[in-house]
Parts: sequence; structure tokens; C-alpha cells
Amino acid sequence: MTKELKISAKNLNVFYGKKQALFDINLNIYANEVTSLIGPSGCGKSTLIKCFNRMNDLVDICKYSGQIMIDGQDINHSSTDPVSLRTRIGMVFQKPNPFPKSLYDNIAYGPRLHGMFNTKEDLDEIVISSLKKAGLFNEVKDRLFESGTGLSGGQQQRLCIARALAVNPEIILMDEPCSALDPIATAKIEELIEELKEKYTIVIVTHSMQQAARVSNRTAYMHMGELIETGLTKNIFSNPKHAKTQDYITGRIG
Amino acid sequence: MNSIIKRNQREKRFKFYGILAVATAILLLVILLFKIFSTGISAFNQTYIGVKIQIQVNSDISNLDPRRELRRNIRTMFPDVKTRSEKKNLYSLFSNGAYYEFEEMLDNYNGEKIDGYYYFLASDDLDMYFKGTVKRKGNSAGRIQPSQMKYIDMFENMNLIELKYNKYLLGSSDSREPELAGILGAIYGSFYAILIAFITSFPLGILTAIYLEKLASKNRFSDIIETNINNLAAVPSIVFGLLGLAIFLNFFDLPRSASLVGGLTLGLMTLPTIVIASRSAIKSVPPSIEEASIGLGSSKIQTIFNFSLPLAMPGILTGTIIGMARAIGETAPLLMIGMVAFIVDIPSGPMDAATALPVQIYLWQDSPERAFVERTSAAIMVLLLFLFLLNITAVYLRKKLEKKW
Repeated sequence: MTKELKISAKNLNVFYGKKQALFDINLNIYANEVTSLIGPSGCGKSTLIKCFNRMNDLVDICKYSGQIMIDGQDINHSSTDPVSLRTRIGMVFQKPNPFPKSLYDNIAYGPRLHGMFNTKEDLDEIVISSLKKAGLFNEVKDRLFESGTGLSGGQQQRLCIARALAVNPEIILMDEPCSALDPIATAKIEELIEELKEKYTIVIVTHSMQQAARVSNRTAYMHMGELIETGLTKNIFSNPKHAKTQDYITGRIG
Repeated sequence: MNSIIKRNQREKRFKFYGILAVATAILLLVILLFKIFSTGISAFNQTYIGVKIQIQVNSDISNLDPRRELRRNIRTMFPDVKTRSEKKNLYSLFSNGAYYEFEEMLDNYNGEKIDGYYYFLASDDLDMYFKGTVKRKGNSAGRIQPSQMKYIDMFENMNLIELKYNKYLLGSSDSREPELAGILGAIYGSFYAILIAFITSFPLGILTAIYLEKLASKNRFSDIIETNINNLAAVPSIVFGLLGLAIFLNFFDLPRSASLVGGLTLGLMTLPTIVIASRSAIKSVPPSIEEASIGLGSSKIQTIFNFSLPLAMPGILTGTIIGMARAIGETAPLLMIGMVAFIVDIPSGPMDAATALPVQIYLWQDSPERAFVERTSAAIMVLLLFLFLLNITAVYLRKKLEKKW
């Protein structure tokens, strides 16, 4: 069965000033799959994921060469507006970062920003369905108007996922979403990822190989800014082709 | 073992030095405040002399000269006073203000009979003597001559000298006569100046900070601007006075001594403080919040106005109020632009000539009359009160606007 190509990076090089962070990356990410990026710290996983929604634009000294295509369109082309690009691509960060506002306003922020509703009822509907999709609604339905910062770490992270879902993105980028969470909260997020891939394309950066093995369809292994190996998760973990990948997944480096 | 004991001793000793330093600072502050309060508190009361006033029912007072009429009433109490110099000595116990007070009393006359003792403002010499600031030596006290002391003793024997609340201090403007001098004009001048300083420097400072912190690309040029702003904060305030003189008075030809010019000058002086405080407040907003906002598709400007600025606001306001507190106590730049004049009228707007509170203090401490000493301290008390209120506001705003995450 052939999957629809969602994101593809071609000969991507990224520089921070004089230092090159990514070397000639070629990577395909398919729709409605979970693709995980693994590799030792500083190998460029987060840099790569931030290229997909052009978050690196915020860093003055960051320069690109090469191409990133999303649905066949070059996102670095001058005609692409990074702000509207980011509404198509939700992002969840390493540290839960709810806004210091109420739960409701956290989720309503995106829809309000982009004028995605006509009536108050529509907005309520968006907020509730986003919370339900993130599996948080039952836990917080009585305190929608309390501060989002009063939740536990795991709840905050799911709130951030709900907030990203509220603007109805096609792709969700997750930058080590569970690294600040305990195992139970992590399990909940992983369940959530499993459900979300039905409707969204998910790219997740993770430090936990078990997590990559559990949640992802495809895995890409990166090392020192280079993409070493990519393929179906089960193949990478059971039968890595490259010696470096072998070393990493067996715990010899990293 | 020995080294642990030594280390503990060192830590104890250091802690003791700390306590000593704090105690010294508090002691000095208490001495300063005590000195100012003990000198200034008496200025809030003023000596008044009782005079027996008699006006018949439905008198025609339209042609009365208040000065002559009050003097006639005073003389009635002392039938022995005949010669010109005796009269002069007797009248000199009263301030010029007494005649204005009597005039006001006549203005309010409604035809009913007036018969009784009414109190009128005493001269500053009598005031100083009665408050005990100037001590009596024999039959004289300071500038009070024995020929005047005779009448003072008579009034005192009749229990007609009293201290009453000094309505002039907080209710009128500057005067050559200390008993009539007040700081209301200076308070208005300070108020207009601070208002204008705030209106000009607050938005300018915030916009500068946002641009430098969030929008400007880091290069040589922005480095130079940054260094210059930091240096400007350390420029002596009198230099800003010269700047104000050159720009606002000489170039733009704005009115001299106006609190508008004073406010603009103080605004210039406060600007670097506000920029520096705002930049560090904006810098301390967690980048994760801004990333989240950008990630949801906000533009840079939307992120700044929805998150960076509101979250930085407590810090910005604290810095601004501290800058304003510095500006309200500033004298030197105001001297340069002519807000150091003797102004009797209460300014009705920022374009009117005015003085400011610290300039008023500067002017009064330079005056020869003894009674200005306590007024100087009283004006300092009022200035300190304003500073205290400003600082309370800063703390309150910070607590109220601060959000936890």
C-alpha cells in the first residue's frame, strides 16, 4: 500500500552562523503516520523538526539551503507566508508551555487569532472538541475558566496538544513531548498519539527508543547532523542496516 | 574538625557584618526622618491671635476698608495705644494675611450681629516665638523688640494666642511672607511635569525596548545604540537640563518656566531608565510562551502584543515608576529651564509658569526667615510622602499584574 507523501526534505543543509547543524538531509514523511526522529543529544533532531514550520526563522543567524516540500509546495519559497504555514502545522514543545490564561482562553487563542468561528457557540464547540480529542475534557470540564498553569505536567502537555489541535492543523510536530513527564502521563500522551494519527501526520522527536518503537510507524536515526538511516520502525529496531544505528539502539553510544 | 569550626565562625562573622550594615543604614535613615519630621511637623500649625470684632446688625459694610476696620477693632482692645510707633508695633504682630482673612469674613457677612473673638494670622516672628523655635531673652526674642513683646504678653495673658491648622501650607502658593507661603503651586507644577514626563517617556521607552529587544537585528549599529542608552542612564541630570534648554526653549521656543518644558526634560531624563527596565522585563518573558504563540500561527507583532508585553508589564511599570520617582525629586534640570522662579499663582495648566516641589524646597532653604526652616522640612515631608505613595503603587501593580507559571 502506497502512502501519500506529506513532507519531504531534499538536500537540506542548515547553518547556525558558521556552524553547520544539518548535513544534506533527505527525508520523506508520509500522511497519517507517526514518524519519529531519534539520535543522541545535539544531533539536529530538533533543528530538523523546527525547519518544517520555519521556527528557525526566529533565530537570526540560521540559514538554509535545500528544499522542504509540504504537499508538493516549497515552504521556503518567497511566496510562502511562514505565519499561515504555521497554522497548518501544530507544534508541541519539550516543556509544557500553557499561556498564563484560563484553560478556555488557552485553546481559544488560535481560533480567535485566525477568526475560525462565527458565534460564541462555535468557539465553545471548538474548545470542547479539542479538549476531547486531547483526552483532557473529562478531567478539566469543571474548571475551564481556571488558569491553565494550575494543571499537572501531563495535563499541561495535553492542554498544549489540545491548543495545537484547535487550529485544525494537518501536521503535528512534537519536540520531545514526554521528556518532562512521569511514566503514567507519558503513557497517556502515547495513547493520544496513537489516536491522533488517524487524522493527522505526526512527527515526534524523542530520546526514548522504547517510545519510538511503541508509537511510530517510521523512524529516522540521526547522528551529528546527518541522517544515517530511515525506514519502517520495526525494521530499524530489529534489523538496522547501519552500524551506527545498531550501536545507538543497543545503547553503545548516545 | 578544626576547619569546620573555623568555617562556621567565618560564616557567623560574615552574617554579623551583614546585620551591622543593615542596622547602620536603618539608623541613619531613622535619624534623617526624625530630624525632618521633628523640624517640619510644627509647620502644619500656625499661630493666630484673637481679636474682638463687633459689627452691629445690618451694618452697611460696603464702604469699609478691611485693613482700617481690623486695625480699629484691635485698637479698641488696647485703649492706651496712642502714638504712631505704638500702633505700628501692635499691628506688626499680625501678618498681612490677617487683613485678607478679615476681608473674607466681611465678604461672608450676612447682616447678623457679630460680637466676639475671632482669630487672625500672626506674623512669622510671633509664630516662631510662640512655637518656641526662637527663645525669649529678657524682653526680646529674635526679631521681636521689647516694645512688641509688651503686646504679646498682653495677648498671652488674655489667652488670645493659639495654634491652629495651617491652611496656607497646603492651600496656597509661594509667598515672600513665610506665614503665607504654601506648596500647592509647587505640587501642581510637579504634577503637570510628572504627567507630561510619563506621557512622553512611557510609550517612547516601551516602543524603543520592543524594537531593540524583539525586532532589531543584532549588528554593530544596534550594539552602538545599546551602549549609548546604557550610558545615557548615567548622565548627570543637569546635562539633561541643558539639553532641555537647548531643544525646548531655544529651538522650539516653548514658554520658559512652564511645567510642560520641565515635564519634557524630565521625560528625556527618565527615558533611558524606562528603556533599560523594559528591555530586561521583556527579556525575562519565558521564550517558551512566545514559541507557543508563534507555533500557533501568530505573527511576531501579535506575539509581542498578546504575550511579551502583558507578561513584561509588571517589570516595565516598576521600572517606570522608579524612574518617575527619581524625576519627581529632581531639581537640577528644572533649574536650567527656569522652573526656579518665585511664582505666587497656582498654575492652571502645563503652559503656565510654575515651580516644582523639590525646587520649592531648594528656594525655601535659601530664604533668610527662620520660619522657612520648618516649612522646608514640611515640604520635604510632603515630597517624601509622594515618593512613598509612588513606591507603594509600584509594589501593588507588580503584585497585581504578576502571573505565575
